[in-house]
Amino acid sequence: MKSSALKRVDLIFESVNVREILDKTLKRKPEEIIQDVLDSGLRGRGGAGFPTGMKWKYTAAEKNAVKYIVCNADEGEPGTFKDRQILDEVPRKVFGGMAIASKAIGAKIGYVYLRGEYKFLVPKLQEEMEIFHAMMKEMKHDFRLELRLGSGAYICGEESALFESIEGKRGEPRNKPPYPTTSGLFGMPTSINNVETLVYTVMICKYGADYFHKLGTTDSRGSKVFSVSGDTPKAGIYELELGMTVERFVEEFGDGDTKAVQVGGASGFCVPRKKFRDTIIGFEGVPTGGSMKLFNSSRSMYNVLHNYLDFFTEESCGQCTPCRVGCQQLLLGVEAVKRGERNSRYLDELVKLAGTMKISSKCGLGQSVGNAFKSIVENFKEEIIY
Amino acid sequence: MLEQVNLVKELADKHGRRRDSLIPILQGLMEEKNYLTDEAMVLVAKELDISAADVYGTASFYTFMDTDVRGKYVIRICKTISCSMKGKIDVLHTIEETLKIKVGETTSDKKFSLLETNCIGWCHKAPAMLINDTPYTELTPQKVTEILQEYMKL
Repeated sequence: MKSSALKRVDLIFESVNVREILDKTLKRKPEEIIQDVLDSGLRGRGGAGFPTGMKWKYTAAEKNAVKYIVCNADEGEPGTFKDRQILDEVPRKVFGGMAIASKAIGAKIGYVYLRGEYKFLVPKLQEEMEIFHAMMKEMKHDFRLELRLGSGAYICGEESALFESIEGKRGEPRNKPPYPTTSGLFGMPTSINNVETLVYTVMICKYGADYFHKLGTTDSRGSKVFSVSGDTPKAGIYELELGMTVERFVEEFGDGDTKAVQVGGASGFCVPRKKFRDTIIGFEGVPTGGSMKLFNSSRSMYNVLHNYLDFFTEESCGQCTPCRVGCQQLLLGVEAVKRGERNSRYLDELVKLAGTMKISSKCGLGQSVGNAFKSIVENFKEEIIY
Repeated sequence: MLEQVNLVKELADKHGRRRDSLIPILQGLMEEKNYLTDEAMVLVAKELDISAADVYGTASFYTFMDTDVRGKYVIRICKTISCSMKGKIDVLHTIEETLKIKVGETTSDKKFSLLETNCIGWCHKAPAMLINDTPYTELTPQKVTEILQEYMKL
């Protein structure tokens, strides 16, 4: 039986009067704004899913005179392209979200860190920033934005690496703690939020926390923008209510022959056909920053895995040994198994190595290599060996 | 050389001489020339009063800040799986045949460099590439030939 259709939502790209929302919101007390965001249940839309209201609350609680709000627009996860579209279509809403955050946490300066691959958006964003600054002046809200560009380093999407990059250094992640809310950009309390997250805060301020809270599930409130690609007749960007199963997703977007869906990009999880029905797309199942790649039965999962490992080997910053050496060894290892130089039991050793990387790597990059590795190797073992 | 000295000064006047001015300055240099010369990096180090090793160490971390000689137009074709699934290899071969260079090489007239890069965020319109900052999507061998011919005229 075909299950009911997916619920489309239109919050992110909905045309709204940002000025009106800000007029109303910036008059409120910071605690009230934060409470609304907490009540909405919004969790970060960049992939990690930290509760946005908590992030703002912790940053607001710090006593420093200088604090920052940073918009993470370093969208680099393979298969994700929603932030580009959001910045292209509704930049005013993104900046509006930063203004709301600035009020909530007490920041006077905001940084937008845009990946270098999206440099073509700069003229448009600069123009929009001028309009925004004029608006801030009119509203007598002391807040300015700065635009910074990345230069082709995936790791700079990791929050502390992104701070290092803005500070003019190599984009190498820092040890945590301290967390950004106490010591972030230039050592100051910082709230760093994804592009999409910031837009949702604007919509929560417009429609109220309840409106957002009613959408989705207990663990995954609200809706989410998905970037759909691969073997699908409907590649593109879709905002959907959270809580659907992979099965429902495939019914909508598959080509009738979907054998696996990679949820969350190279650092996410591979869901094979037999698990479609029982896997929920969200924080209670497989989380995603938006990347949804469909593979049909003509695709070799060895090629998919090899491509991801090649990606990580290149993008590992090289700072910590588990990640630097681990990525290389996983890549060399699956190649050796494929060539028949190593037997299939060697794959179990490699899965153990991926597990070691998960607990011993310094940042999210090395910690998540094992997600794709384990889920592809365990579900498609024969494709890796033969 | 004098031109470069002036450019570095200009960029430092614009972006400041603090450590966090470094990357915008290097990006400004990249806009003038598609790679960073040793001389330029030494000039930046002097201007910001930091060591040249620091400048090189920072620049060499970032894939898009090339320290090798690059052509006027740098082609970066996406090598991530979504693009591979949609015929990227044929597009790549067409570029290689048209420009008579392989991945990693620069044409002898220093006009084009061909590189591969990781996901550039156009998976729904794969295969995709960047020529300098401009994205080109839904490429086919025919389409990429036409694009390159336009650039050859420039």
